[in-house]
Amino acid sequence: MLKRVKRRYLALQVDSDGVPSQKEFMDAVWSAVAKLYGEYGASQTSLALIDYDIEKKTVVIRTSLATLDLVRASLASITSVAGREAAVHVLAVSGTIKTLRKKVRRWFLYA
Amino acid sequence: MRKAFADLHLRLNVEDHATTLQVITEAAKLGYRLIAVPFSSETHGDEVAKLKVVCSEPKIDFASRIDLRPRTQNELVHQLRRLRRKFEVICVNCENKQVARQAAKDRRVDLLNFPLLDFRRRFFDRAEAELASNSLAALEIDVKPLLVLEGAVRIRFLSTLRREVAIAKEFHVPIVVSSGVAEAKLLRKPQEMAALTFLFGLDAASALKAVGQNPMAIVKRNREKLGSKFVAPGIRVIKEGKDC
Repeated sequence: MLKRVKRRYLALQVDSDGVPSQKEFMDAVWSAVAKLYGEYGASQTSLALIDYDIEKKTVVIRTSLATLDLVRASLASITSVAGREAAVHVLAVSGTIKTLRKKVRRWFLYA
Repeated sequence: MRKAFADLHLRLNVEDHATTLQVITEAAKLGYRLIAVPFSSETHGDEVAKLKVVCSEPKIDFASRIDLRPRTQNELVHQLRRLRRKFEVICVNCENKQVARQAAKDRRVDLLNFPLLDFRRRFFDRAEAELASNSLAALEIDVKPLLVLEGAVRIRFLSTLRREVAIAKEFHVPIVVSSGVAEAKLLRKPQEMAALTFLFGLDAASALKAVGQNPMAIVKRNREKLGSKFVAPGIRVIKEGKDC
């Protein structure tokens, strides 16, 4: 029987001068993963964009648990999005979107 | 209790007050409890005091640091004798093998740093690690090149770091991961710095130690030594006067 794929959801904060579009942001993420781990490594991450809040500049992405460290390292290595200087900070990591939202709410409360 | 994290290598131009304040505020926001800024050997005490005042605003602890670049062993020993009691953290940039060996065995040295991109002059081999493991020196790794470099140079840099980290682990030499940046945009959260170390083979626990416990321990140890009540490791004056 096929093993169930475990996933992790990451809430991210984009720190940049402008507001990048969804596509520009995901391009930057894919490019960072591909630069560090190549196309083969990137293909194993099962990266997907779940939510993008332009106002708060927060993003939720999904990845497989097995490649979580790889994705975190790649996100930390992002220095520009759409040609503008940027940094991507991880706010919270969770196994379900529901818990992730709780954690993010708590983070904004205490930040 | 929350873990405390430190960045011992912020390259700030103290003259540029606005940028300095911006970077320090960002560091505090990202979760660092302590930062260190390298000064030159001609630095006056008032410059250090001024930066301490700047750090008090965003409520972040500040440690003074000096980066030594001696050309010979004797020069290193001379500089250490002159500056050890003036700064809380002493880092030696090892430009040649003799200096690297002397720095590794000298108990007054806190951090060993090697030229970032001159891979032939990164002298952190097994002999260096063995000397460092018997003294108090830690291997410092700046993550800035990982952020700004691309392609073949970054590949070579990562492979060199992977080798050095493996040697450091084998000889139980503490590793300190610092940012080495001068801009706020290049600063990363401590957990993100730890995530970056995954690229050169540090496990999660050691990575968090390299950003938190190890640098904090260096500063704590040196502050204790620089204090007026310090006599020797484990011995300090607790009371003075005729009634003792």
